[in-house]
Amino acid sequence: MKYMLLIYGEECERSDAEREACYVESCALAHDLNANGKYISAHPLHPTSTATRVRLRDGKRLITDGPFAETREQLGGYFLIDATDLDDAMNTAARIPMARTGTVEIRPVIEITGLPQAVTAA
Amino acid sequence: MQRSLWVTLDFKPRSFLQAICHWGGRQMQEFSGRHARQELERIYAKDSRRVFATLVRLLGDFDLAEEATQDAFAAALEHWQVAGLPQNPVAWLISTGRFKGIDALRKETRFRSLLPQLANESDTRQLSEEDIQAEEIDDDTLRLIFTCCHPSLSTTANMALTLREVCGLSTDEIARAFLCSSTTVAQRIVRAKAKIRDARIPYRIPSAEDLGDRKHSVRRVIYLLFNEGYSATFGDSLTRPDLCAEAIRLGRLLNRLMPDSESRGLLALMLLHESRRTARTNAEDDIVLLEDQNRSLWNREQIEEAHSLLAVDNASQSRSVYWLQAAIASVHARASTGADTDWNEIVSLYDQLILAENSPVVALNRAVAVAMRDGPQPGLVLLDEISQAGVLDDYYLLHSARAELLRRSGRFPEAHAAYDRALQLTCQGAEVRFLRRRRESLPSNEDSIKIP
Repeated sequence: MKYMLLIYGEECERSDAEREACYVESCALAHDLNANGKYISAHPLHPTSTATRVRLRDGKRLITDGPFAETREQLGGYFLIDATDLDDAMNTAARIPMARTGTVEIRPVIEITGLPQAVTAA
Repeated sequence: MQRSLWVTLDFKPRSFLQAICHWGGRQMQEFSGRHARQELERIYAKDSRRVFATLVRLLGDFDLAEEATQDAFAAALEHWQVAGLPQNPVAWLISTGRFKGIDALRKETRFRSLLPQLANESDTRQLSEEDIQAEEIDDDTLRLIFTCCHPSLSTTANMALTLREVCGLSTDEIARAFLCSSTTVAQRIVRAKAKIRDARIPYRIPSAEDLGDRKHSVRRVIYLLFNEGYSATFGDSLTRPDLCAEAIRLGRLLNRLMPDSESRGLLALMLLHESRRTARTNAEDDIVLLEDQNRSLWNREQIEEAHSLLAVDNASQSRSVYWLQAAIASVHARASTGADTDWNEIVSLYDQLILAENSPVVALNRAVAVAMRDGPQPGLVLLDEISQAGVLDDYYLLHSARAELLRRSGRFPEAHAAYDRALQLTCQGAEVRFLRRRRESLPSNEDSIKIP
């Protein structure tokens, strides 16, 4: 079963070196998951200052910038994984470096039929 | 359609006869064998949740297993009076329930999504009674407990689900216990079951690496249930005995299935508190302080049981937090009068408890024990330190303890203010009456001047 692990944390509180270390650790985790057939995809995201929101109301496109709510923790990246059950997903979530300073939210993925098979990037 | 009546009415009978009366009178009349009926009644009370726990594993769904359990008992009512009791009634019920469940799975669209999962298992047809082992049934009960107490569910969901699925209480009974509406409880349980299904909370005994944490979650839920019953946070009556009885039942079950120091400590702790139930309140349902309680009312049987549980780990190096709390309660239980209490021993146990779990509430209790040993002044000094930390500022017991020690120091106006503050912070009927009484019994300001 697929789970989306959404990684929330405070932005701009890390130095470049810390961020780099976090990427290295996340990469190692992704490789380990991949070796166990649990990895689907993962990416860090640029900060919310680069975010754009799009809404379509009455056929009109409304574009706004910035985060929707002024919460302290923002979505900063994700892991999409395969796990046998929630306990398995929880164990993976606990290994994500940002779990130590931020929060990892586990959301079970709904499988729907008819989606195209994505070309997976190497 | 009769077979799903219990589910649609959300009815979970505690007694089998109640179930059958609810289900319909026809079967009742046909059931003539008094012995078999009594036996079935007994098995229903003792084993229906165990049958259910195994059926959840075999059928992979809580609702389906619930219906299958009820169907299996209904089938037993018909068959056993003709064929007599089977050799292993629980295995018969599981085997029959599984058959009924698979049947329902095929017939009813609402369960159809579960069928592929089950079809993967090689034998959806036969499961002989010999295949069903007692150990496996015990493990299923543990699986059920671990699932209901899963840390990914809210605490309120943990408690409601445990009472419902493990103890077999109806939503009405749970609603009464928590003083909320049946609809609220039903929604809470439906949502929790949906999360178990959709997020795939596993139905298994956690792996060795997770077991410690997860057992901790289970014990926490059981103790919260007990506390909810023992000192109701609101409402008129101080205790809700049903919840305490269920918590103790769960404590016994956990201790039987997973005997360890923590489980023994938790059970002993609950038994020691429970032993004082009748002495804790008077005829008017008002609180009687520990030192004023009629100790002949304490339940000796429960105290003895707790003491033998505690004795197992007496020499152990790593005494659990529950063990230490139970040991403190046990010091009280051994004192024949309030004045006989070994406060020295209690303070020393609190010192160990603070090392194991340094929480402000433990510090507060320790301060009271120190006051009992050394007098109110040293206790007040400790309470002031706790107050300054600020975290317990909204905790009425801090203020009522302070009020009590101020009273004993003769500082009545300050005691009055502390009772006022405590009263602002609790709305539990018996506690409010107690605090008011204590406040009103304070000597007036003029009296306080006269005290040397």
